[in-house]
Amino acid sequence: MTAWFEKLNETFIETGYYELIIEGLKNTIIITLGALMIGVVIGMLIAVVKYFADDAPALKPLAWLCDVYVTVIRGIPVVVLLLIFYFIVMASADGITVAILTFGINSGAYMAELMRSGINAVDKGQMEAGRSLGMSKLQATRKIILPQALRYILPAIGNELIALLKETAVAGYVAVVDLTRAGNLVRNNTYDAVNPLMCVAIIYLALVVLLSQLLKVVEGRLNKK
Amino acid sequence: MISVKNLKKSFGGVEVLRGINYEIEKGDVLCIIGPSGSGKSTFLRCLNLLEKPDSGSVCLDGVELTDRKVNINAQRMKMGMVFQQFNLFPHMTVMENLCCAPMMLKKVSREDAEAKAMSLLERVGLADRANAYPGQLSGGQKQRIAIVRALCMEPEVMLFDEPTSALDPEMVGEVLDVMKELAHEGMTMIVVTHEMGFAREVGKRVVFMDEGIIMEENSPEELFNNPQCERLKSFLSKVL
Repeated sequence: MTAWFEKLNETFIETGYYELIIEGLKNTIIITLGALMIGVVIGMLIAVVKYFADDAPALKPLAWLCDVYVTVIRGIPVVVLLLIFYFIVMASADGITVAILTFGINSGAYMAELMRSGINAVDKGQMEAGRSLGMSKLQATRKIILPQALRYILPAIGNELIALLKETAVAGYVAVVDLTRAGNLVRNNTYDAVNPLMCVAIIYLALVVLLSQLLKVVEGRLNKK
Repeated sequence: MISVKNLKKSFGGVEVLRGINYEIEKGDVLCIIGPSGSGKSTFLRCLNLLEKPDSGSVCLDGVELTDRKVNINAQRMKMGMVFQQFNLFPHMTVMENLCCAPMMLKKVSREDAEAKAMSLLERVGLADRANAYPGQLSGGQKQRIAIVRALCMEPEVMLFDEPTSALDPEMVGEVLDVMKELAHEGMTMIVVTHEMGFAREVGKRVVFMDEGIIMEENSPEELFNNPQCERLKSFLSKVL
């Protein structure tokens, strides 16, 4: 036991590498939250466009474009996207910006689908009731459909957040020191593989457990209504 | 008041309405009966354009509803609708259900909307449920609230789409009572129903629909006591 503590001290404290791990954790969280926000906005835009395109022919080309976006993004591994953005599309930007944008754009495609299915899960009679009272489709959507769709969408966004957090572990490919890369750097520099990697794994696990619990609380609140 | 001319509607190649002509006068209580699949609900839903007719016309007070230039939302405010499945908004309290449309669409103040809603709630005996959520109500209560919700917009005509078909038998009466009272007050009503007793007692006119057309139309006494066409005779023999 004491030997192990000594080893930990050697690997993280004496060398000052614990700062690297904290730095990595910070970057992982920044990338995840930034990407989440971009993903939610893109997802919402696509879901709304596709929803209203059903009876607004003028939106059809835009809806088609959204379909192309979703298909392309979902068909390419996120690491490949990341490399394309870093080395081709935004060649002069720094890694974190590229990572936030790439993961956001990637996540947007998935968000769009889960928001659409959330909206579709609301009973059709709700829209009819709103329209029969004289509301426009937009008014009924805002006042009646979306508040109910949120009950299905929020938990799904929570799951997407958890997936996103783990997905960002490949950010190291574009010279970002995220949590995974930090752990790997420590391993490389200290010749201690066990402790840095275990440490990283435990931090991810703790974050995921924390998020899942948070999600349960939110879901419980939503179901109470 | 409502004039329907040669109304046609198909779903995926199946002709559900094959040319309906009918005039509804102010104060009419029109009951529409017929076997399921006869097009009665589709006909009703075409009146406020929840279903878009393929051809033909629906006029409300001389306004052609199928005209693209007509603002259908403004016209729908004059036509309340009650659904088989109630379709109350589950995320709002009863009071919010009643007030949201008048406040949003008619710019009524919250105080006025709530006062109006409350007086209507009292009339249907549900004033004590104003702060309940729809999930806490029985089917009969939900449907009475749904009727009040439509009435809060002060419509000129009320459309009822099988309003008692989803109710437990012991709750049918309370909903029909509200509708009866409404009819006695002179509300123009169009009711798709399987309640022959209601059609006979409250209806001023009764229409029998089958195979997408109006097969027979008459006063309730005549239609029930002296049916002319064979389809109606066999239908009545099964349901009465």
